[in-house]
Amino acid sequence: MSNNPQKTDVVIIGAGPVGLFAVFELGLLDMKCHVVDILDVPGGQCAELYPEKPIYDIPAIPVCTGQELTDKLMQQIEPFGAVFHFGQMAESIEKLGTGTWLIKTDAGTVLEAPVIVIAAGGGSFVPKKPPLKDIESYEGKSLFYAVRKMDQFRDKSVVIAGGGDSALDWTLSLQPIARNLTLLHRRNEFRAAPDTINKMRKLVSDNLMKLEIGQLKGIKGEDGFIDSLHIKGESEEQDLECDVLLAFYGLTMKLGPVANFGINLERNLIPVDTEKFETDVAGIFAIGDINHYPGKLKLILSGFHEAALMSQKAFRYVYPDRKLRFQYTTSSSDLQEKLGV
Amino acid sequence: MKLYVIDHDGVEHQIDGIDGWQLMEVIRDEGLDIKAECGGSCACATCHVYVDEEWQNKVPEKSEEEIDMLDLAFDVQDNSRLSCQITITPSLDGLRVTLAPD
Repeated sequence: MSNNPQKTDVVIIGAGPVGLFAVFELGLLDMKCHVVDILDVPGGQCAELYPEKPIYDIPAIPVCTGQELTDKLMQQIEPFGAVFHFGQMAESIEKLGTGTWLIKTDAGTVLEAPVIVIAAGGGSFVPKKPPLKDIESYEGKSLFYAVRKMDQFRDKSVVIAGGGDSALDWTLSLQPIARNLTLLHRRNEFRAAPDTINKMRKLVSDNLMKLEIGQLKGIKGEDGFIDSLHIKGESEEQDLECDVLLAFYGLTMKLGPVANFGINLERNLIPVDTEKFETDVAGIFAIGDINHYPGKLKLILSGFHEAALMSQKAFRYVYPDRKLRFQYTTSSSDLQEKLGV
Repeated sequence: MKLYVIDHDGVEHQIDGIDGWQLMEVIRDEGLDIKAECGGSCACATCHVYVDEEWQNKVPEKSEEEIDMLDLAFDVQDNSRLSCQITITPSLDGLRVTLAPD
């Protein structure tokens, strides 16, 4: 992968509603954006936690779901041609002699921009880890939270833990290549597509895989390699021998590398001023749920407001010699041209 | 109205219950270590608590949605609840819960 930096005006960390709306506000002021997000889709919490849940407090939209809000925002920012880097985590930042920032992601993407906007909400979505002793020592060796290469599981004795779509989908995909496969879930009901559940049950009744009802209580093994899992069932406990464990218990939010960016943090939040929503480091802004200031409310509404004010100051960094002209989309033919209307 | 919450270190906290609030909200406002990432919409299972046995039948029953969401929690027991799904009422005066490990 090329490590030549991709130059842009603003790098936005986080593609939740506030990060997306920042693309709009920055775009109206002629600033181009790259957006980095650890999820592989836009929407942040709206996409991951409540795609189907109703939101009632977006001005002029009496009700919409998290997914609908995301879709509408993507439609609204479409004219500005933001470049998205999904499935990547912004890992480090570095100030260049030119006064611009170099932003690197864990996938090797390198971006360069005079302005960084952190719109990372509650942090990066990372897999929930079972609270078991020494679990970290198995991660990446015999315990996985995602499947990157299916072949890695060929001829292995595989246990998949969880009862949602990820667990069920990977059960069906890996069953044909694994030496043997056991699905472990705490109850004999699943939250997944009915067709997938039916296929899994057929495999069980054909003795092509096992279904264990129980919960993970411990891991035994050596040097990061699992010998067996300790399982607590409804009535009895047992050890289940296996080579690998795939754990699908959903995602949780962790602040992640933002904590090492060298900006001031207070209780995992980024203090900002309420004029520009800038951090203590010039050129780095924080908007949405991740920032803090007196009177802060964690509302999407507040994040939108913060995006608009942040953009005014970002303009000064990107275009130090230009005069900022404040215009309304209703009346400005210039803005309407940018919007393609 | 008094509620009792046992934290991850086994320390019991007496907190004021507020009629009509979610149990999660009073635990969070007390500053106890509860993530409650989704803000109380039964979408993340990070406000998991164990309800003391004597209270198990006195708290409102679990919805299907809550039972499903508990699939994303660890160490789920019969008395496991998502505290955002328990609305405080005067009949819960004295309720005792333990924060589940996360």
